[in-house]
Amino acid sequence: MDRFPGKLILLVLLVLFLIGGVLAIIVRSEESGASKTVPAVTQLPKDSQKDKDDKAAPEKEPLPEKEMPGTIAVAPPPFTRGIFPCMGCHEDLKPNTTQRKLTIRHKDIILQHDEKNRWCLDCHTSGDMNHLHLASGKLIEFTESYKLCGQCHGPTLRAWEAGEHGKRTGSWDGEKQYLLCANCHNPHSPHFKPLKPLPPPVRPENLR
Amino acid sequence: MDSMAAAETCCGGAGISACQDASSSSHGPAPCEADAPEPGGLDRRTALKGIVAGLMALSTSACVPTGPAVEEFLQKHFKELSKNELDALLARLEKTYSEQLGKTMTVKATPPQEGVSFAYALDISRCIGCRRCVYGCVEENNQSRNPQVHWITVLQMDKEKGVDFHHADAYYNAETVPQPGKFYFPVACQHCSNPPCCKVCPVGATWKEKDGIVVIDYDWCIGCRCCMSACPYGARHFNWSDPSIPSDEVNTETEYLGNRPRKKGVVEKCTFCVQRTRQGKYPKCVEVCPVGARKFGNLLDPKGEIRYILEKKRVFILKEDLNTSPNFFYYFGI
Repeated sequence: MDRFPGKLILLVLLVLFLIGGVLAIIVRSEESGASKTVPAVTQLPKDSQKDKDDKAAPEKEPLPEKEMPGTIAVAPPPFTRGIFPCMGCHEDLKPNTTQRKLTIRHKDIILQHDEKNRWCLDCHTSGDMNHLHLASGKLIEFTESYKLCGQCHGPTLRAWEAGEHGKRTGSWDGEKQYLLCANCHNPHSPHFKPLKPLPPPVRPENLR
Repeated sequence: MDSMAAAETCCGGAGISACQDASSSSHGPAPCEADAPEPGGLDRRTALKGIVAGLMALSTSACVPTGPAVEEFLQKHFKELSKNELDALLARLEKTYSEQLGKTMTVKATPPQEGVSFAYALDISRCIGCRRCVYGCVEENNQSRNPQVHWITVLQMDKEKGVDFHHADAYYNAETVPQPGKFYFPVACQHCSNPPCCKVCPVGATWKEKDGIVVIDYDWCIGCRCCMSACPYGARHFNWSDPSIPSDEVNTETEYLGNRPRKKGVVEKCTFCVQRTRQGKYPKCVEVCPVGARKFGNLLDPKGEIRYILEKKRVFILKEDLNTSPNFFYYFGI
């Protein structure tokens, strides 16, 4: 008999906890009920599939079979600040087609690009300095300078068009921007210059 | 985890007091163990105590206010999350990261695109070892600055010896690169088709996605580093202590399986910049490479640059004999 109240209290406590526990389970299952009834794994791919289909329709526009030279989106040519348009200065200058060493302006340009056989006006156009010209005499914009380079470097031009030579930025599955030859190679001295490397990694024993 | 700990303490405390109440009311000062001599009574009492404790543990989850730590503790595996649960999870992470870093962070979980299998090609005849890719990757992918974590390792090798890891130097620090007689060999995750790292993970925290990217769920990783020892390329890196990134250098555009902030004790590695490539963009290393040695694209696109390279160039994969089938190809462009 003396142990009866203790047992009673324990029983009451037990019942209380039981009710609490059951309630808790019910509340929790109600909270996450929606998610539990839906099989999670099948839901996600279906949604993504649908999204993909919706998006894919307009995105799967047929790409041009082969991008023709001239339609390639390129980065702006790397002009020295304020130097273009060239005719800003050259308008008032009398064209001088005699091969010579430049002594007044553009002295900083040192030609190291088959310099024995060529000079400025093999690529630049006397009388229309805003344009370059091909060997045929056809005038081209500075943004099409790859055509000029491709006259000698044909395989490289083809590799560049295919995306193998040089760098493309933008989208791997959409619009790409090509860098012009001149964005990486100085056309007057095209050999790639050595760079200072960024710092080496910390050795594991010095990692803190 | 603080609130979890608090919850446990709170309920533990309640349990003890309940026991004390019961014993004091029935036996006065006698301790709970006073019943021990009575056979049967002992069993019943012990059993009851056990049940009570069990029930309290059960009801704990309900009586504690649900905080981020509890939600993190109860989080399901990423692949088993429903749409609603995933949205809630991403919202919680965005909130947590934004508070931690004092910036508005976005965390996405972009699914892989259909009909896409990513591949990478690297021209070792052009790479000059300038390490622009290493640091571009660090900034893009929120790698820890201190302690330093680099996903890309650029190895300097001797042209005479060829690809020889025993004589490779990752710590070269020349005034200018390339150095005469040397070539450079960047190594990061090869996104194998047969990834040993995923096989050894005891908890399924790393797996290969449908688009070929091998990913890690940092919330699921237990930090056992089995994957690091399984990876033959040394591509996986461990956060030995809490990662630190200057607040103004944090990339706020993040992906759940990609560049979201990591914590101490988890493994991380290259994800092909999943936050960029699943949005159609090139990986960061491709865009920062000053010599255009890095190529990326869809292996299933017959007109893509990857297929052009595979068909026309001398291509090889790293440690071919291990049968890991990397989707990362090295080639000689010249």
